[in-house]
Amino acid sequence: MTNAKLMQGNEACTLGALAAGLEFFAGYPITPSTEIAELCSEELPKIGGKFIQMEDEIGSIAAIIGASLTGRKSMTATSGPGFSLMQENLGYASLTEVPIVIINVQRVGPSTGMPTSLAQGDVMQARWGTHGDHPVVVLAPGNVKECFELTVKAFNIAEDYRVPVVVLSDEVIGHMREKVVLPEAKDIKVSTRATPEAPGGYLPYKADPDGGVPLMAPFGAGYRYHVTGLFHDDTGFPSNKGEVADVLLRRLQRKVEKAEPVIRDYAVESVDDCDVLVVAFGSSAMSALSAVRQARAKGVKAGLFRPKTIWPFPEEPLHDIATRAKRVIVAEMNLGQLVLEIERVVGGKAPVEKLGKINGELFKPEEILAAIMGGQR
Amino acid sequence: MRTEFRLSGSGGQGLLLAGIVLAEAAILDDKNAVQTQSYGPEARGGSSKAEVVISETDIDYPKATDPDYLLALTADAYKTYGKLMGKGLIIVDSSVPLDPEIKARTTAVPILSTASDVIGKMVVANIVALGVLGGVSGIVKPETLEKAVLNRVPKGTEELNIKALKAGLEIASKARETQV
Repeated sequence: MTNAKLMQGNEACTLGALAAGLEFFAGYPITPSTEIAELCSEELPKIGGKFIQMEDEIGSIAAIIGASLTGRKSMTATSGPGFSLMQENLGYASLTEVPIVIINVQRVGPSTGMPTSLAQGDVMQARWGTHGDHPVVVLAPGNVKECFELTVKAFNIAEDYRVPVVVLSDEVIGHMREKVVLPEAKDIKVSTRATPEAPGGYLPYKADPDGGVPLMAPFGAGYRYHVTGLFHDDTGFPSNKGEVADVLLRRLQRKVEKAEPVIRDYAVESVDDCDVLVVAFGSSAMSALSAVRQARAKGVKAGLFRPKTIWPFPEEPLHDIATRAKRVIVAEMNLGQLVLEIERVVGGKAPVEKLGKINGELFKPEEILAAIMGGQR
Repeated sequence: MRTEFRLSGSGGQGLLLAGIVLAEAAILDDKNAVQTQSYGPEARGGSSKAEVVISETDIDYPKATDPDYLLALTADAYKTYGKLMGKGLIIVDSSVPLDPEIKARTTAVPILSTASDVIGKMVVANIVALGVLGGVSGIVKPETLEKAVLNRVPKGTEELNIKALKAGLEIASKARETQV
């Protein structure tokens, strides 16, 4: 175990981003995400990258969209209040198909809330925070190692599908330090966006209507094209035609729908014969795992489903497991957000119970164990 | 088997760093370790708590549930977390008045005064505390602790910090002798 290191979640996210080819970070420091900006400011200059502390989070996301358009892999990191400010430009990145990665280390909200305390209240905001139908990919790490792995994956998905990707971390995962052995660079798969061969005849938004991904030309390499948050045709110029909008929006949705089976990611524990299935993600899943193991020790057949892709949700595997369970418990650090999606996915095959907590303190395993035992001892 | 540590006091006392070094020492000894923290929005002052869980096997839940050791450097921390102690041992700074209502096993040791009067620098109280925790628990070898301290402390302060660690280990061995 010579390479084992005690590492913080936020640090692992940053190292994952660098391993994936991060070259540009713009951000505005906010607890509990600040370590990411801090480490980027130290590391990026060493590799010829750029770090900018912006005036606010609106500027931060705008800057990374611009940087990504020049062909640079770009990221920002924030928490609830900053994530709220980023919503408009998140929609812009969606419609203009600019690959970016946003790390949202969740804290208690709404508003400034409790800056140093844990919550998982941004599940729905990450999906629907910006207006209009739009595709978005949201990944949720459940430990420090996954902070690294899922940040690499976030960049790969952003590049492969030209979508903004949110890494939905939280205060406990971000600040926790664990023993980690990182993979070697040669074992890390890194994607880079497909680019056109030459400027002549380039149509920036031309793609197969069935969920194709257009080739992305870097600004500054001889290409001249228009990028707009208005609906646009293959040329990138604005269009107010209903049929153009219809084709574009359906293509954007379809590209993430088609990607779902490929990018799908989740972990399970003891689900083969489970009567009581607990669904939890991020830090809540650590408490849930301990609770499930304790329940098993008491002879109760409990299991855990832990989604790592939250949006789009890994629908099929959860549906299969839930169909065999007698009860489903959704434990999350909010008053009931992911549970709505779980109810939809389970589709009445088993009763779905919600277990929410909002006092800023991570679930104790016994709180989830009590729900599993349902009054039994 | 899990061994749980809770280090509590006031923000700025360096208890988070002490927790990190303890966890890193455990890793150097080939064990598993997780360190978590909670603190207020203040940059210094306010209450501060760091937790370390050390185990030979996987650690699922990262927080302390029923700490084996509570370190309390302030009266506030002693009152708040002392009351929650069950099976574990409270190691409290001798400047803190003991509360008869706190029933858990307790040992009072001169961490703050050792740092300020014996070593001559209050800033190393966290490393003295680390020595005490390491010595009392025996969770890691003293030489591993020393290595972990050297890996973390700023250049030029090595001698000072090792002196502080050794003073802490010394306090621990005395505390062990006197404990019933």
